[in-house]
Amino acid sequence: SPSPRGKIRNISFGGDIPWDEFTIVTAKDIPGANYVALILNDQPYLADGFVNHAEEPVLLIAHRDKYLVEEARRNVRVEVEEQPAVFTLEESLAKKAIVWGEDNVFKKFLVDKGNVDEAWGSADFIVEGEYETGAQEQLYIENNGAIGVASPGEGVTVWGSMQCPYYVHKALVKLFDLPDEKIRIIQTETGGGFGGKEEYPSLIAGHAALLAWKSGKPVKLVYDRAEDMVATTKRHPSRTRHKTAVSKDGKLLAMEIDFTIDGGAYCTLSPVVLSRGTIHAGGPYSCPNVRIHSRAVATNVPPHGAFRGFGAPQSIFALERHMDKVAGVVGLTPEEFRRRNFIREGETTATSQVIRERVDMSGLLDRALQLSDYHAKRERFARENSRSNGGQFRVKRGIGFATFMHGAGFTGSGEVYLQSVVSAEATIDGKIQILAASTEIGQGTNTIFSQIASEALGVDFDMIEIVQPDTGRVPNSGPTVASRTSMVVGKLVESAVTALKQTLFGAGLLSERYTSSDFRAACREYVTRFGPLKTSATYQPPPNVYWDDEKYQGDAYGAYAWAVYVAEVSYDELTYEARVEDFVALQEVGRVINPVLAAGQIEGGVAQAIGFTLFENVVWKDGRMVNNQMTNYIIPTPVDIPPIRVYFEENPYAYGPGGAKGIGELPMDGAAPAILNALENATGASFTHIPLMPETLMERYEQERSLVQG
Amino acid sequence: MNKSEVSFKVNGKAQRVEVYPMARLLDVLRQELQLTGTKEGCGEGECGACSVKIDGRIVNSCLVPVAQVQGSEIRTIEGVASDDELHAVQQAFIEHGGAQCGICTPGMVLAAVDLLERNPQPTEADIRTALAGNLCRCTGYMKIFESVIRAVDNTRR
Repeated sequence: SPSPRGKIRNISFGGDIPWDEFTIVTAKDIPGANYVALILNDQPYLADGFVNHAEEPVLLIAHRDKYLVEEARRNVRVEVEEQPAVFTLEESLAKKAIVWGEDNVFKKFLVDKGNVDEAWGSADFIVEGEYETGAQEQLYIENNGAIGVASPGEGVTVWGSMQCPYYVHKALVKLFDLPDEKIRIIQTETGGGFGGKEEYPSLIAGHAALLAWKSGKPVKLVYDRAEDMVATTKRHPSRTRHKTAVSKDGKLLAMEIDFTIDGGAYCTLSPVVLSRGTIHAGGPYSCPNVRIHSRAVATNVPPHGAFRGFGAPQSIFALERHMDKVAGVVGLTPEEFRRRNFIREGETTATSQVIRERVDMSGLLDRALQLSDYHAKRERFARENSRSNGGQFRVKRGIGFATFMHGAGFTGSGEVYLQSVVSAEATIDGKIQILAASTEIGQGTNTIFSQIASEALGVDFDMIEIVQPDTGRVPNSGPTVASRTSMVVGKLVESAVTALKQTLFGAGLLSERYTSSDFRAACREYVTRFGPLKTSATYQPPPNVYWDDEKYQGDAYGAYAWAVYVAEVSYDELTYEARVEDFVALQEVGRVINPVLAAGQIEGGVAQAIGFTLFENVVWKDGRMVNNQMTNYIIPTPVDIPPIRVYFEENPYAYGPGGAKGIGELPMDGAAPAILNALENATGASFTHIPLMPETLMERYEQERSLVQG
Repeated sequence: MNKSEVSFKVNGKAQRVEVYPMARLLDVLRQELQLTGTKEGCGEGECGACSVKIDGRIVNSCLVPVAQVQGSEIRTIEGVASDDELHAVQQAFIEHGGAQCGICTPGMVLAAVDLLERNPQPTEADIRTALAGNLCRCTGYMKIFESVIRAVDNTRR
């Protein structure tokens, strides 16, 4: 669309193009419902008379020669009668134009614990702060893409790069108005996701399938990088306001938090992103009075969506910057202030969840500060930085940290609604197949499931086969998101194979002490004698979990991972470059199932978070990303990343497979505030917005210099 | 634009293709020769996922019009392992978590192999510099560096 918002007046097909050779699909060709079924169903597959963002799909073109497709696209002219639009969350909140519903608000939450209003009067200090985070592109190295085959007789089959085959399935059932069994979605090898292939593939899969439906031929639809960056989802930009009451001995008395995220033009997953951001906004602290107001608002930019951390990196950035600020006002070191407020077993989070597991944030903090040589460096940098004022050193150094937690699995009653299922089936040649919709996207699902199954059965790894996620074959084990694959789905793998083993025991084919080859023989015997041997496990919530969706109070997550991250930075006063020089990531994630994969998750997440903090700046113009290339949207390269030193504390979780908790999103949360806390230590300047680019540092420095020179 | 014939060698084998002369070498390798190990990440020479060697020099195949490789020797990721044995770099990537989603991996492996051919005893700084043209979004690079270091150790043994 030539405009970010408006009525489509006309579509014309010009140029010297043999248009009759092309398949062209518009909203009128859609056999079923023209929306991407997700939460509110407000996003159309193809704009029908109106566009709400400049990258909105209006029509689809296919041809057997892909070079001609691009030439044809350039000769399609969409005329739009422009209407007022909003591009930032401030403009949306100010109702500069109403672009969605009655008030531009997709979703609101209120968390209210204790009585915040009564606490202000008795406070020795009240500290306020405002913090902002920008959009961030997932930038999986393999772009989004799908292949569709479709016909009214046979139904629809789509192969594609995706995280959640059953999301795509649900959406295509509506789009084509076909029964469940006529839609088949197969996940092919997927080159990274990070949330960027959570909801967006439903759109691409639908587009490929619509073209296949109309043309009667298989259609392959693969985005190039520029299109992927400009049109697909990004991390929600956010603004967080904190008002905190503290006593003179440094105890948190009340926290009032106002959290807003920019959802883009359609609702998509924003309510859920907002939920996670809201619940994590209070962090790993015990505070008797907490009130969190949050909202997701509409703007005329492409919908923002899932990205590792899912709202939590935004609200945790604000909180952990703010905690350093509060500590300074109270006159305590950042570590001492946090120690006085860390949540302990038996205490409650912002949603009044009683922490029943063993948690030792103070112990984690001690170890992380020791591993990073924090105290000695803090002292040394202070000495050296003051000398740098005399012109000896132009590079200043600093060290800072963040303390945080991340809940694993779906929020509140989410896992209960999902009712995930995993099956295990023994084959005639004595192998155990694991059937789940959980996808391998590089994070190691297949390895972890093989490990869990072989460990639960006590058989060799190579006897376990992970079946390709195919909705025609595997049950719905839920989406591959929310740090839930190892902890929640892995537990179902464990239960399903255990049931299979019990069946063999029950049939008298297996004795208590068995070898891998005994097990293989027992499977063969069973299948030969009785037919297929298949067992399933369905999600069961841990006992005593209670969640109130209305009041947003209760047990938000079954388990949390706990962490302390320490960043050491340098800041070059001549080039205005800030660099992370060393990074310590210490976390307690239950039992570590696979040390190599677990460390790989943390390192990768920290690198993405470093990008989020210092490199990745989405430049917007009239609702469009204008730096939609890897040439000018910069992610960290091999020379930009410091040593990332990863350490685990293991504290087995009773309801995870072999004691494991979720891990995938955690590393995205803590690096940004740790880095900015370190930069404040280096420069004395307090920055409250990320990405923090050299330009901002330059402005700040120039300003200070002009003040000094008077 | 008309298609024309281009001849070159890929992994030691002579190839002749009928293609648009300005077609990207990347597309010709993947679509005409079904050598899909070479990946596309950005299409503008930034990410290195499409790295191949042309006459011994490592390049981004998304930036090379196929007409330019007439008569050249090309080595792709498919030519790195010998018959049944992986290259030491490939083996180390498997053992030390050097690959996650795998899309940057062919380019990373080729860049690392290229480095070791030029400099069998690289320092970590050498490794970082040699891989600077290859972007990875999954690993944070730590396990890639570790894999290359281990490959050096294994080659030495």
